[in-house]
Amino acid sequence: MTDSTAVPDKGTDDQGILTGVEQLSPEKIERIINEVLSSETGAKLKVYVDTCVSCGLCSEGCHFYLSRDKDPKFSPAAKVKQTMWEIMRKKGKVSPEFIKKAAVVAYTQCNLCKRCAMYCPFGLDIAYVLSVMRRICHRLGVVPLYIQDTAHSHSVTGNQMWVKDDEWVDTLMWQEEEARDEVPNLRIPLDVEGADTFYSVIGPEPKFRAQLIYQAAMIMTAAGEDWTMPSTPGWDNSDMCMFTGDYEMMERLKKMHFEAATRLKAKRIVMGECGHAFRSVYDMGNRALGWKMPPIPIVHAIEYYHELFSQDKIKIKKKFDRPVTLHDPCNIVRGRGLHEMARSVVNSTCKTFIEMTPNREHNYCCGAGGGVINCGPPFKNARVESTKIKAEQLFAAKAKGAEVVIAPCHNCHGGLEDVIHHYGVDMELKFLGDIIYEIMEIPE
Amino acid sequence: MIDTDNWDWEPGRKTVADLSLWQESYSYTEEFFASPDGETVAAIVRNEDEEFTVATQAPGKEIQPWENAYEKVWNLKYGPEGRLSALISDMAEWTVSTDDVPWENTFDFVWNMALTPAGDHIAVSAQKELQYSAVIDDRPWETQFSRLTGMALSQDGKHTAAVVETVQVLEAEIFKFRKGCYSVAIDGTPWKQTFMNVWEPCFSKDASHVAASVRTNYQDYTIAVDGKAWDRNYSSVWAPLFSPTDDTLIAPVKENGRWFLATDGGKVWDASFCQLWHPAYSQDGNRIAAIVAPDFGLWTVAVDGIAWEATFNEFLTDLVLSPDGQRAGCVFKHDGMWGVAVDGKPWQGRFDMAWKPVFSRDGNHVAAKVETNGSYTVVVDGIPLDRSFSRLEAPIFSPDGSRLLLRGVEKDVFYREIVDLG
Repeated sequence: MTDSTAVPDKGTDDQGILTGVEQLSPEKIERIINEVLSSETGAKLKVYVDTCVSCGLCSEGCHFYLSRDKDPKFSPAAKVKQTMWEIMRKKGKVSPEFIKKAAVVAYTQCNLCKRCAMYCPFGLDIAYVLSVMRRICHRLGVVPLYIQDTAHSHSVTGNQMWVKDDEWVDTLMWQEEEARDEVPNLRIPLDVEGADTFYSVIGPEPKFRAQLIYQAAMIMTAAGEDWTMPSTPGWDNSDMCMFTGDYEMMERLKKMHFEAATRLKAKRIVMGECGHAFRSVYDMGNRALGWKMPPIPIVHAIEYYHELFSQDKIKIKKKFDRPVTLHDPCNIVRGRGLHEMARSVVNSTCKTFIEMTPNREHNYCCGAGGGVINCGPPFKNARVESTKIKAEQLFAAKAKGAEVVIAPCHNCHGGLEDVIHHYGVDMELKFLGDIIYEIMEIPE
Repeated sequence: MIDTDNWDWEPGRKTVADLSLWQESYSYTEEFFASPDGETVAAIVRNEDEEFTVATQAPGKEIQPWENAYEKVWNLKYGPEGRLSALISDMAEWTVSTDDVPWENTFDFVWNMALTPAGDHIAVSAQKELQYSAVIDDRPWETQFSRLTGMALSQDGKHTAAVVETVQVLEAEIFKFRKGCYSVAIDGTPWKQTFMNVWEPCFSKDASHVAASVRTNYQDYTIAVDGKAWDRNYSSVWAPLFSPTDDTLIAPVKENGRWFLATDGGKVWDASFCQLWHPAYSQDGNRIAAIVAPDFGLWTVAVDGIAWEATFNEFLTDLVLSPDGQRAGCVFKHDGMWGVAVDGKPWQGRFDMAWKPVFSRDGNHVAAKVETNGSYTVVVDGIPLDRSFSRLEAPIFSPDGSRLLLRGVEKDVFYREIVDLG
């Protein structure tokens, strides 16, 4: 590797980063960096950083690079050069100004989507390298304001939306009451010990998308599921602490989540349509606590829906008749390989399915993942500008006749809503659960 | 703390309720709960007026609904002394009802109902006009807070503690948050000290002290007792635990990537682990056991710092010590199946699920509820009983340990059965 050239920077007005940087000294930066490097990283990081030969093959794998007119600054290798490569080369002797720029790169110019790793001839996991940069920024207290606030919410409430204990239960009861207009004996069973399935959701569901809980209750009831939800913290499977680099809090959250399920003696956790939460419960959080795999099986909504149709657990009135396309969320496709199962569910429920290209594990990220959308308004314009390639992908699917985009992930919904609006794609966005609820036979 | 001495321990099976009659009587019935002595069953039901209430039935008696019915009822719970309590709501006002007698105070919401080991006191967390407090036996705190969670009830039932927001922090006020806006309030009075985060408050045996785990900044976690933090910081901590006999306080702490059991003065055990949580004291306070991971992905129990040789590769939970502290049992998951281990030895059977082992009073026998293919039974000292149920509650030993009370459903009939373990 050679020294990277300075890249012009427009600066940031994010107060989490700016105020955080004001409180730094070179000594503190050096101490924290070396603590992280010596006690939390090892051969993996060194091999990743040292092995990169700057061949640039990762560039074509990155939607930032492709969307930004192939500006080399947005190449994954360049992002490493602007962050960890420099830090390791200088053994932590970097300035507060450097940390400011590195924080912007690590938190807002990489979705940790791991697409580039598939294009690297050495398979280097650049998302991991940038996660180490985020970890350093967290330890330094230099984190974008909005995602830091979300991490604070997790630490106080156990959920990412500052939802209070009573508000959670009240919302479930409200959705149960609404659903009883449709199915009089429907129940959202709270704290039922010994239920087979523990159903968990992410914070935005009770806060903004309570209809998804309604729909899930309807689907579970139709399927005759023996299920429950907890009245206690631990109901939220999401995890922005994983993305800020606050791994101690990630561990606390995952402990809370798994213990809420195991306390009720559930045999499995079925989770709603969320990608990053899956990464947290299936890979990062469980392993940080010492479990090789989740202590009880985690079943993503796609797997659960596949089970419903492959085992004939629910009946549909007729297939969804508008042409659909499918967005493959990074965390459950590159992270778990659920892409064929998702297609099976789409084909079971929709009359016309039009693939967007590229697809499956090669699909482009929505631009929201990795906590980037959670960094909030200060970075929204830059984020949406970095999804031009996604918009082109949607336009191409639309040209083939697709009217509806199915995105089985909350953050993907947020990201794709912005893409569709900003680029004038004019397509409707749905969860798989929206479609299943729309076409299913409602139980009596 | 269940007083079982005066229960009927005569071996045999008694029909408590024919549940098919409940289905005929009510269009909606939730799951059934048995009283601790097994002489009564109860469930939340919906009556002809489309209101929710609680109904009970005892052997040879009619189904007896409460006189009062409500818009909502949840969290039905038998206390150890057999009183039946639930959270109830009418006209959007919530309160507690015990044996059909509601509290006088009402709130906009109540939750987290807690009972003392003797069952003589009940506490809930409550919200009224977006202000939060705790309530014991219908007496709310005089002070309210903008946020409250993690309520704990002292063993004597006279005190509650909870994590409260003492400096109101609005969304996006991240720098205010860092200064510390949370504390513990005991009976409504908060500690003078605030912290960035506070979790899991707990009382000492005589309720003279309250401890909690705290985070003072992004890097430093420790334990605070009566508002004063331990001198030493750690990279993480789990919930603290007081000794059942004195004010000794222990907590799992993480240092240099390893977990230890610590007290304010230093380490309790020399051994360190990849993970350590849920410590448990023997009743005399002389022994401590904890769930540990000696290596990544391997779980076992450590007693007084010595880990069992047997390890389990998926999960370990429900650690319990015998009353005399000489024995330890737990539930484990290994290669996808659940089992029970006692004193370091896994029982032979593997199940779809296993419940917390129960020791007899003298510690000589252990029983655990288990599930296979949706059917429940009890395993006693490693041997399954020759009967099964479609629903079953935790087994209870007779005072001398020679008999076992089973409370379960078979073919839609709720039975109370005493099994002679001869």
